[in-house]
Amino acid sequence: MRTIKEINEKIKKGEVVVVTAEEVIDIVKDKGAKRAAQEIDVVTTGTFGPMCSSGAYFNIGHSKPRIKLGGGVCTFNGIPLYTGFAAVDVFLGATAIADDDPRNKIFPGEFKYGGGHVIQELVAGKNIKLEGTAYGTDCYPAKKIQATINIKDLNEAVLFNFRNCYQNYNVAVNLSDKAIYTYMGMLKPNLGNANYCSAGQLSPLLKDPDYRTIGVGTKIFLGGGIGYVAWQGTQHNPSVKRKANGIPQAPAGTIAVIGDLKQMKPEWLVGVSMLGYGVTLSVGIGVPIPILDEEILKSAAVCDEEIYTQIVDYSHAYPHCVPGSLGEVNYAQLKTGKIIVKDKEVPTGSLSSYSKACEIAGELKAWIKKGDFLLTEPVEKLPNAASGYTFKPLKEGPSIS
Amino acid sequence: MTSKKIVLHFPQRLVDQPIVYKLVKEFDLQFNILKASVTPQEEGLMVLELVGKKENFDKGVEYLKSCGVKIEPLSKDVVRDEHKCTSCGVCVPVCPTGALSVDTKSRKINFDNKKCIACEICVKICPPRAMEVRF
Repeated sequence: MRTIKEINEKIKKGEVVVVTAEEVIDIVKDKGAKRAAQEIDVVTTGTFGPMCSSGAYFNIGHSKPRIKLGGGVCTFNGIPLYTGFAAVDVFLGATAIADDDPRNKIFPGEFKYGGGHVIQELVAGKNIKLEGTAYGTDCYPAKKIQATINIKDLNEAVLFNFRNCYQNYNVAVNLSDKAIYTYMGMLKPNLGNANYCSAGQLSPLLKDPDYRTIGVGTKIFLGGGIGYVAWQGTQHNPSVKRKANGIPQAPAGTIAVIGDLKQMKPEWLVGVSMLGYGVTLSVGIGVPIPILDEEILKSAAVCDEEIYTQIVDYSHAYPHCVPGSLGEVNYAQLKTGKIIVKDKEVPTGSLSSYSKACEIAGELKAWIKKGDFLLTEPVEKLPNAASGYTFKPLKEGPSIS
Repeated sequence: MTSKKIVLHFPQRLVDQPIVYKLVKEFDLQFNILKASVTPQEEGLMVLELVGKKENFDKGVEYLKSCGVKIEPLSKDVVRDEHKCTSCGVCVPVCPTGALSVDTKSRKINFDNKKCIACEICVKICPPRAMEVRF
């Protein structure tokens, strides 16, 4: 029907037809998939939610005398970074917390500040206190540094998230008789609430379920700036059960993403604290789907009623890796504010912000319409359901001696 | 009209007295019990929203004081930092009074301060910590 190259020509001429993944649903209902596919060039998706395998790497520049932080210790505002690289390359993970954070000593711990918050503050242009210690070498003699850093002065500041954008996610409930504190939020006892975490009909990988257009090298909206899909994300699991429409019924595909942190914005990278669990980073991502044929359009027009996911008990089944589900619900049901689990009406809450996802899809649409954002051809496909790629558990046993 | 949220501490001896009834009957005040913990033989606590004419409100409060009820304004007020809220909605099912709700159209989270009883559950569980207690 059309190629990415042709779409880019239309973008440059200002003739491109772009709609969001929400708008396309009604268009297809009105006009039918065939006509809609002829008219629409690009569908923009969006998602905004906590994504723990996120982080950023930095090159902080060399001090006088030089210091080799590799093998040493480095903190930003007291939050430790990973230093196992060369002299002044460091990696800050979203869930990192200070050595003296009380953690869960007084349960449930508050986890007020960590890596996610530092990333947000850096992006907001705030000054950050850097401290480092090292063992000292002939070529890197300094053993201690202190500095106030600002993102604009760093050589590189790159967001590199190795698992984002889960294609579908569990609905978490609690069957036990006491409150539990999880990465899915506080779950009240005896099915007191049901928390979900997906943008559903706006979520990028749910709208291209077989990864026909999203692949390595796909240019995306990342944290308010521009990023790219770097690889499939960790725990990528395309082989889960799928409905006839190809939509996975459980957490499936993921993507690893990368982009220049310096051009991102603090409203799209938000440090968050999960009571009793830890710190993480809410990340805003938007992916454009080029409508190359009618099938791609049909998938992009799938609505909340057609996207199903599993209800999982987080008091026992999840922590102990007991397979099984308490039932299946779709996102339209979740969005009514209540679902039925084990004959009980359970109120629902979301960790993923649908309104922010909408904003992202709208913003990406505006960029494309304005001619600021051209689409890229993926250089490699993500492993799909036919690839045999799976997500394996750890083989436990004594370590080799 | 005056509308105020107040916290009442009853001494043990007043727990079995129909104090709230008198506020209605004699001072023409409307009341809304936001929180109550009244157990025989123990000090009682009640959070009330009182609505009525200013002079009746003042007289009612005087009456309560004369009975030996200790009165404090409900000084804790939960407010939302609009810049921090990401409208995720994880607070909605845990809010006991429906003060936090989802706008079905925009999917933004509404916070109705009037319905809030300052239980503070949302304050701790809000991921971006947008809910704050003001004194």
